Amino acid sequence: MVLADVTAEVAVDVPVAPDAHEVLAAVRAIPDPEIPVVTIESLGILRDLRLDEAAGELHAVITPTYSGCPAMQAIEDAIARVCRAHGLRGVVTTQLSPAWTTDWIGEEAREALRRFGIAPPSPSAAGRPVSVSIMARPGGDDADQAVACPRCGSHRTTVLSNFGSTACKALRRCDACGDPFDEFKALS
Amino acid sequence: MSSDTETTAATATGGPATAGAAHTAYLLGLADDALIYSHRLSEWLTWAPMLEEDMAMANISLDLIGQARSIYTYVGSIDGTNRTEDDLAYWRDEREFRNVHLVEQRRGDFAQEMARMLWFAAYQKGLYAALSGSADAQLRAIAVKALKEVRYHYDHAAQWAVRLGDGTGESHDKMQAALTWVAPYVAELFSDDANSVAAADAGVGVLPSTLQAAAASAVADVLREATLEAPADSRWHARGGREGVHSEPMGYLLAEMQHLPRSHPGAAW
Repeated sequence: MVLADVTAEVAVDVPVAPDAHEVLAAVRAIPDPEIPVVTIESLGILRDLRLDEAAGELHAVITPTYSGCPAMQAIEDAIARVCRAHGLRGVVTTQLSPAWTTDWIGEEAREALRRFGIAPPSPSAAGRPVSVSIMARPGGDDADQAVACPRCGSHRTTVLSNFGSTACKALRRCDACGDPFDEFKALS
Repeated sequence: MSSDTETTAATATGGPATAGAAHTAYLLGLADDALIYSHRLSEWLTWAPMLEEDMAMANISLDLIGQARSIYTYVGSIDGTNRTEDDLAYWRDEREFRNVHLVEQRRGDFAQEMARMLWFAAYQKGLYAALSGSADAQLRAIAVKALKEVRYHYDHAAQWAVRLGDGTGESHDKMQAALTWVAPYVAELFSDDANSVAAADAGVGVLPSTLQAAAASAVADVLREATLEAPADSRWHARGGREGVHSEPMGYLLAEMQHLPRSHPGAAW
């Protein structure tokens, strides 16, 4: 993430008239680098997209899920690649406000996360950490049992750690089928 | 930290075009605290008591790096120097860093880390909540985002403090000793200096002293649940970090953190 006031220069090799619909769709369809079953648009990372055909520029506004999310660089690079392929100059802006929330994740993406084995964030969460009993015991005192196991559907699940395989995920275990799984942790 | 792909600024409207020295010095204090503590936490990788803790330390460290990067990039764009985040992280010397002594201290045992994290996250929670109302729009945006993250850090440290304090006799004693270890470094977090006074007067920053009561009360609640005693106040207190006067471990930390970009200027991934 670079907030400095500099502009991306993406080389224009062939001056082709871009198909507006196609290039916008291609950017929207860019998969999340760490969770490739969902797009940056459906996660709410892509905040705005505008094609300036006269200037040959594509303007994209993205926002990080967490301040230190290392996927932001990969997302910028992916947008730049799409622009290059369409002979456009890509201008990517990173915007922090309004701060990203899991409420921006669409219904379709939630279902895709579930099928991928990641429990989608609970929409009702108040955005504060769920109190975790460290090295939780099965059937322990985890008060928030709303998160269902993405594999067997049981609601008997326990938070093992609020910090999972990426910044945006927590680690849970299903007390019914015994499988550990990732949970997209609620942030509102 | 930055790469070849360049992006435009998302500096929110309302921020100053060129900020005064006190304003940027105040911002650097916030960013340096986050960067130096993120470096210390990164040292826990493969040394934490279990795999889940390796991941937790890495995640918390990453959040803090992200906060530092946002603030450094912003400072470089408003202080008239056009320095990048890398310039500020890797090419300043010890006397130019404005972090408190707490975050630069060497990694101790796990209980010491949880005691340090408990105080630091309690401080940052109050700090970012207050800065969510800053007159500086870009700082406000950074704070709103960071507040969501540090709540998780605080919760993590609080859970471990209770787990260790209300655990075995040995874990209780180690957590109690950790509180004594961290005590001399706490006061500096809540000490006002000329830059924070100026930033607070301008509506940009918050006076650190106004954050002390809430943080101390939050920590006291955790200690009560953890069956731990607040340690006696120490006879000396760390000070001077905000003016660039650091303790002995800081030079070693910077040597390790800065050596690669200084040995290979311009190196990129």
